[in-house]
Amino acid sequence: MKHPLLAFLLLLALALPARAQDAISAALEGLGTGFNQTAEAVDRLGASGDPRALPLLRALNNGRLLRRADGTLLIRAEAGVTEALTGTPTEVAEATAVRLNNRVRVALRGALGRLQLLSPDQAERQAAAEAVFRSRSADNVPLLETALARETVPAIRARMALALAASRLMASNAADKLLGVTALGATASPEARAVLLEFRGANPDIAGQIDEAVAAIDQRLALRRAAETLFQGLSLGSVLLLAALGLAVTFGVMGVINMAHGEFVMLGAYTTFIVQEALRDIPALQPWSLPLAVPAAFLVTAACGAAMERGLIRHLYGRPLETLLMTFGVGMMIQQAVRLVFGAQNREIISPAWMQGTLMLPGDIAVTQNRLWILAFSLIVLGLTVAAIRFTRFGLEMRAVTQKRAIAASMGIRTGRVDALTFAFGSGIAGIAGVALSQIDNVSPNLGTGYIIDSFLVVVFGGVGSLAGTLVGAFGLGIINKMLEPWAGAVLAKVFVLVAVMLFIQRKPRGLFAQKGRAAEA
Amino acid sequence: MSPPSPPTRLRLGLRAGLIIFVLLLGFMPVLNLLPAAHPLHVSDFLVSITGKWICYAILSLSLDLAWGYAGILSLGHGAFFALGGYAMGMHLMRLIGPRGVYGHPVLPDFMVFLGYQELPWYWLGFDSFPFAMLMVLLVPGMLALVVGFLSFRSRITGVYLSILTQAMTFALMLAFFRNDMGLGGNNGFTDFKELLGFPLNTSGARAGLFYASLVALVLSFLICMRLTRSKYGRVLTAIRDAESRVRFLGYDTTSHKLFAFVLSAMLAGLAGALYVPQVGIINPGEFSPTNSIEAVIWVAVGGRGTLVGAVLGAFTVNGLKTWLTSAAPDLWLFVLGGLFVAVTLFLPKGLIGLMKGRKP
Repeated sequence: MKHPLLAFLLLLALALPARAQDAISAALEGLGTGFNQTAEAVDRLGASGDPRALPLLRALNNGRLLRRADGTLLIRAEAGVTEALTGTPTEVAEATAVRLNNRVRVALRGALGRLQLLSPDQAERQAAAEAVFRSRSADNVPLLETALARETVPAIRARMALALAASRLMASNAADKLLGVTALGATASPEARAVLLEFRGANPDIAGQIDEAVAAIDQRLALRRAAETLFQGLSLGSVLLLAALGLAVTFGVMGVINMAHGEFVMLGAYTTFIVQEALRDIPALQPWSLPLAVPAAFLVTAACGAAMERGLIRHLYGRPLETLLMTFGVGMMIQQAVRLVFGAQNREIISPAWMQGTLMLPGDIAVTQNRLWILAFSLIVLGLTVAAIRFTRFGLEMRAVTQKRAIAASMGIRTGRVDALTFAFGSGIAGIAGVALSQIDNVSPNLGTGYIIDSFLVVVFGGVGSLAGTLVGAFGLGIINKMLEPWAGAVLAKVFVLVAVMLFIQRKPRGLFAQKGRAAEA
Repeated sequence: MSPPSPPTRLRLGLRAGLIIFVLLLGFMPVLNLLPAAHPLHVSDFLVSITGKWICYAILSLSLDLAWGYAGILSLGHGAFFALGGYAMGMHLMRLIGPRGVYGHPVLPDFMVFLGYQELPWYWLGFDSFPFAMLMVLLVPGMLALVVGFLSFRSRITGVYLSILTQAMTFALMLAFFRNDMGLGGNNGFTDFKELLGFPLNTSGARAGLFYASLVALVLSFLICMRLTRSKYGRVLTAIRDAESRVRFLGYDTTSHKLFAFVLSAMLAGLAGALYVPQVGIINPGEFSPTNSIEAVIWVAVGGRGTLVGAVLGAFTVNGLKTWLTSAAPDLWLFVLGGLFVAVTLFLPKGLIGLMKGRKP
């Protein structure tokens, strides 16, 4: 010790834990000397809020706490015997187990719950809050108030507040009870609702307030359900939008009916699978396999589309029924080819980490990440499609050819090339849809068959030739479908939507967003 | 496209061919009775599969009436076929009586299994053969009437109508897959015992059903022929080729099309009803949209707008299917898909068109 200050600091450092030690030692006074003294010591320990008391009390609870004649407390664990306060290994010699009776057990339960509520370990606090909520006793109220004041984690705070409110219900005075009822009524928790209903029978004097609180909870629960249904509807809508968008271009803009559209979607999903397998050996690129699959799928299906348009469809312009049958045949062949190459079983697409998991929106609305991404993605694809049609040279030529082929041709537009590009563009969008759908649907050869009818309904419902109509149609049908599901079941909801669209077409044969003027004559 | 007026010689030839074909078919169950070693013996398999094809030919005819003559490309005829089949299936289920696995005197097995206490109201009357036959025609007919009325009235034509009928088929398939429809759900109806007092699964019953189907085919053919040759048929063809023009001439195109569509649906239902006792099962898979579109390709391959073509197409494509699905099962869907492409691109008038030569 060269420096006196250093020596002093060292002494201080040694002394601080020693003082704390003293406080807990004082609380321990009398533990193990008799049942009453033990119970009092346990109460003092519980009140101390000292985290070191927790292992000690647990040991006592399990009958693993020993006491030497000199008053030293030992904990017997699997590994051996240690001194309770310092944790130094020691001999078991001359120690006897501290005995328990009912009074001690009651004291122990309270002290343990109290200490756990204040424990530095989050999971422990969470579990304690859970346990206190279930046991519901008015004695816990002060303790919960302290814990709540100290708590910083919002999720645990919420549980503690719920437990506090539920414990207040058990209080003897009416004011506290009402406080509890009000607090429970302010939540949106089905558990709080159950507690209130259970409590109502025993307390007819405040039944009115309880009913009010239950009604308030019900209202909030209904709101949350509505929000969740809305999200599910939006999610289904985004899937429909993706599937229908390509069709809105090929059928809506060009008037070519492509029954192989669903197969293009399927090809997009398989391209995703191929990209994923190709990047399997390059760890740096692996998390990006999904974004990389988007252009790849677009190119693959656009090439297929262009080949199909130039090779087959162009010979059948003006004969829509034949086009329908021919493209159906092509779709059948594509499906069978994929089945032969990749097998009929489902292929697994791994979701990147940033797409997994669930997001909790305010109000406890659970939202799965991948659905949220697909929703955003569908809107981006829609935006890009609109931009491509509105603001590019290709889009301009495309609209010119659709509106008046002969005039467009006489202006020097190569209409055949524009046809091929337009069809390739629509098919490419189908491929992009396949990338997104690979995240939420089984990647199998008949992936596309399920979407083709829905896509046509969306396009027809929204109004052929209108992308805005496709947007509204997709989200409209998606939300209506999900709203019907809770009381009609998934299958009947689908049937209802089909019938509703059929009836809707009666009223407005040209869809929601009917084209006007020259474009409408067809 | 002008109304079909093939050269008289070809028409006579086709008619003679058809009569010979029907006569040949008529001998099949008889030849089935010959001892197996006899060179002219026809196997049980061939008789039962030909019986199925005859039902398909009726379906093909009905579709040709709608598509080939009225221009209504229905992708829902498989559904009308299946509805007829279900009506017949309900009758056959009622006839099982107490012979089911659970031995319930009234309820079919699946209802006992699902805990039904009594027959649902829509099963009442199906124990009577005449009532069931009425339903075979009425149920598909009513559906066609409603769908057709709503569609034709709003002038939904062409591909829109095709998609609409396909959606209808799809919706029905989903609905029939449900157990609480009270129609057997996933498994449909099977394990039939008898029809009109004759036990099924005997060669006698097989021959009887075969002849019933053949007679139904001939009658359907004659009805369609009378109809398409009449003034009504001419108007129908005119509607197919230029609907607005016919409407402006003062014809009520909606009711003309509606009549053809409903009659066609009834014929399809009849085909389904004859089909079910022969195959011994009906399940929601029959509503699959693929079945409907396969029927379209029969008509297209044979030659739409000609009744002989529809029958020819049904036998040709199904014969090919039976042969290929056993010889090279992986290849069949390629061939079927290829048929769609080839027929639309190269043979718009089908095999009949090929016989007539490129230009009529």
